[in-house]
Amino acid sequence: MSASLGRSPSAARPVRRKIAGEDWVAIVAVGALAVYLFVTVALPLWALLSKSFQNKDGAFVGLTNFVQYFQNPTLSQSIFNSVWVALATTAIVVPLAFVYAYGLTRSCVPLKGLFRSLALIPILAPSLLPAISFVYLFGNQGIAKGLLGGQSIYGPIGIVMAEVFYCFPHALMILVIALAIADQRLYEAADSLGASRRRIFFTVTLPGAKYGLINAAFVVFTLVVTDFGIPKVIGGRFNVLATDIYKQVIGQQQFEMGAVVGLILLAPAVLAFAVERLIQRKQVALLSARAVPYQPKPATAFDAVMFLYCLLIAGLLSAVLLVAAWGSFIKFWPYNLSLTFANYMFENFDSAGWSSYWNSIEMSFWTSVVGTSVIFAGAYLIEKTKVFDSLKALTQLIATLPLAVPGLVLGLGYIFFFNHPANPFGFLYGTMAILVLNTVAHFYTVAHLTATTALKQMDAEFEAVSASLKVPFWTTFVRVTVPVCVPAILDIGIYMFVNAMTTVSSVIFLYSTDTKLASVAVVNMEDAGMTAAAAAMAMMIVYTSAVARIGNLVFGQVLLRRTQAWRKR
Amino acid sequence: MADGSQANKARATYLAIAGITKSFGGFTALKDVGFEVLDGEFVCFLGPSGCGKTTLLRIIAGLESQTTGSIVQGGRNVSALPPAERDFGIVFQSYALFPNLTVAENVGYGLVSRGRARKETEARVGELLALVGLPDSGPKYPAQLSGGQQQRVALARALAISPGLLLLDEPLSALDARVRVRLRHEIRALQRRLGITTIMVTHDQEEALTMADRIVVMNHGSIEQIGTPMEVYRRPASPFVADFVGSMNFLDGKVAASGRIGVGSLELGCGGAADGLGVGAAVKIAIRPEDVAVRGVAPGAANALGVKVAGLDFLGAFCRATLKPTAAGAPEFVADFSINLMRDLGVAEGAALTVALPEDRLRVYAA
Repeated sequence: MSASLGRSPSAARPVRRKIAGEDWVAIVAVGALAVYLFVTVALPLWALLSKSFQNKDGAFVGLTNFVQYFQNPTLSQSIFNSVWVALATTAIVVPLAFVYAYGLTRSCVPLKGLFRSLALIPILAPSLLPAISFVYLFGNQGIAKGLLGGQSIYGPIGIVMAEVFYCFPHALMILVIALAIADQRLYEAADSLGASRRRIFFTVTLPGAKYGLINAAFVVFTLVVTDFGIPKVIGGRFNVLATDIYKQVIGQQQFEMGAVVGLILLAPAVLAFAVERLIQRKQVALLSARAVPYQPKPATAFDAVMFLYCLLIAGLLSAVLLVAAWGSFIKFWPYNLSLTFANYMFENFDSAGWSSYWNSIEMSFWTSVVGTSVIFAGAYLIEKTKVFDSLKALTQLIATLPLAVPGLVLGLGYIFFFNHPANPFGFLYGTMAILVLNTVAHFYTVAHLTATTALKQMDAEFEAVSASLKVPFWTTFVRVTVPVCVPAILDIGIYMFVNAMTTVSSVIFLYSTDTKLASVAVVNMEDAGMTAAAAAMAMMIVYTSAVARIGNLVFGQVLLRRTQAWRKR
Repeated sequence: MADGSQANKARATYLAIAGITKSFGGFTALKDVGFEVLDGEFVCFLGPSGCGKTTLLRIIAGLESQTTGSIVQGGRNVSALPPAERDFGIVFQSYALFPNLTVAENVGYGLVSRGRARKETEARVGELLALVGLPDSGPKYPAQLSGGQQQRVALARALAISPGLLLLDEPLSALDARVRVRLRHEIRALQRRLGITTIMVTHDQEEALTMADRIVVMNHGSIEQIGTPMEVYRRPASPFVADFVGSMNFLDGKVAASGRIGVGSLELGCGGAADGLGVGAAVKIAIRPEDVAVRGVAPGAANALGVKVAGLDFLGAFCRATLKPTAAGAPEFVADFSINLMRDLGVAEGAALTVALPEDRLRVYAA
């Protein structure tokens, strides 16, 4: 016995694992995912990058385009404009959101749920909407024009005001998370050492929220620099990078210059992305598993101040939305304030009429369905299968890339890549499919991270157990993984839907006359001076997003009650 | 134990591991590991965390692949096979029960896919749940069960497909002490009843000593010793094993003459324990605290020495005493005294005693 089992020469040879039928399925699936992400993310970005180093005929010209760009004073002025507008917005919105988040997490204000929902309203609207509202309030025909003291809303003032509205929920979400994770015992320790409230705030609270603050600042800065809708509507003659790229490409067909601006836009986004990753790693270590969650204690005066503050901010945010809603029903702002549905008769304003709204619904539906399926299955393959590790690592990297890529840049990359005569996928150009693929790619990362987090929370040994029971992994995926991850899957679905409804930046390069979207129609109608119709279309987007979100919530509740009895103890 | 190993001789080898090496980049997790497991045997892999015991278990299961080396299970070379083509059931520390499936669905998970008739599956599930003592828990969800109950369900699920080999990866570590002790006996009894060849990974030496037929002690990716619990405890093959399994005193010394070792100004007889070590060689003498003799030790008896009780730790059934030899240069060591003995001899802190380190209880290792 031992003779045959002893050290035969074969024992020292490296063991090559036999690849079974199940593994082949995983290998093919991972390969397909890699191809999908290459085509929809990596190659378009590569096309953009290479375009910026080429001349009109496609010959390599090195940095010529960049030199040309920086020598043009109007263009390079845009960099400066973009940066200071973004800095101003960041300086306003981060403190505002911090105090609001502080009220929500560290005080005993009543109606926390309501305040939280109201503050998230801007997410349901395209960034164009606050700009339209501020035009109604402070524009040439604005009812509160006098409050600006002779300054024009069309320019940096309007941009900053609208961006503050647009960025508030994004900063708030980060800061709420940063403030919510606090260890009660740190506060008890500080209290027992006799520290004053003020001292505790500066020595415990603020350092604890430090990473959240930095992260929020970078996120807001990037959102503003890369936002297209607001400067387009309310920017007037004030040029910023995001509108430059649009003018260069759509207005003057200067694709190379568009690519150069695109790369410049990429810089702050990549920086913010890097900072975010770095911070995430540190934030994790901040709260040990044994920490006791912080519970705020009632304090009448403090809670009252916080309540008034939250009321004020939530009121202002709602007011901006309500102005647009009201305006959309007004006959002739500001001279005839009687109500009408006429502004919703889109056929009278835009040749596409209501079709652009239905296109948006169709596009958002498919983005939600395709996006959720591809992203969740993709995250599963990366996280749980044991094949093709090198390719999986590369795929994971590409999946996190879109977070650092502004919509305009991705959209431009799509033009260069899919419009190239030699591209076999060229037939997609101008179709609904390319809008869906582009939107899925644009919002891939956050959804991917949501899926990955949910999958990581599952026992790492489910796949091992299935293998030992001779059950193929896809059976366990269907019977266990998907049912357990239903909440995350619903989150991803609604996230994709709402973002697809509200996005403008990347699809503005990619729509055709047959596939015009509601958000694009808002831009066009605004451009043509039909502000009321633009407001009406923007409100249609808000209504739809809100209904979808509520529907998702109700559906989720019902589904959880029906199928998730196992969650109860 | 002695007749246990006799019975082993009659059994056939079920699992033969040879030359298993596992490297991750530059790090070697397992170095040329080889041993055999007999049919129906209960083997424990024991070692500190990071010693490679779990990696070895996962390689046996095919959940990870070895860099080199072969695994023959039941006469079949499974070295290169994926887990789905091997024959084993596995239980993890985390239980890994599917939370959205009932207990019965969990246990029947591997049966359904084998295309058995539903009636047959149900009967088998009922049988298995009865086997692990949870006959009425079928319709419950895992979250409604206690940790110990969940682990029993995991065991039933692993046994459902009647595997030839049962692998247990620290199955008791997540449970509280009382449940752990009870489940130890239950698993052992079940394993005996079914006669299933079993490998369990544990870092808990008590668990290994009470459950295993044989223990494989591992450290730094290599096997330190393979033996019955009694062998591993009584005759640890290396200072690592001596220290890891049970408590052990180590006294630094030098071989003074054949069979004699000097420790400070003391000289101790060690029988044949130091054979093979030349005079003057630096050694470590090892003795377990419970082997230090007190009763009936006269001054001048073999290996007797005078000590002072420097400290006493009350541990319930016994006291662990720190003893300081009166002879110069000899290091402190600890001894376990039963409460009974303490009362009889009036042992208290500061008391002087004469103790002996019996020759046949000493182990000597080259330092």
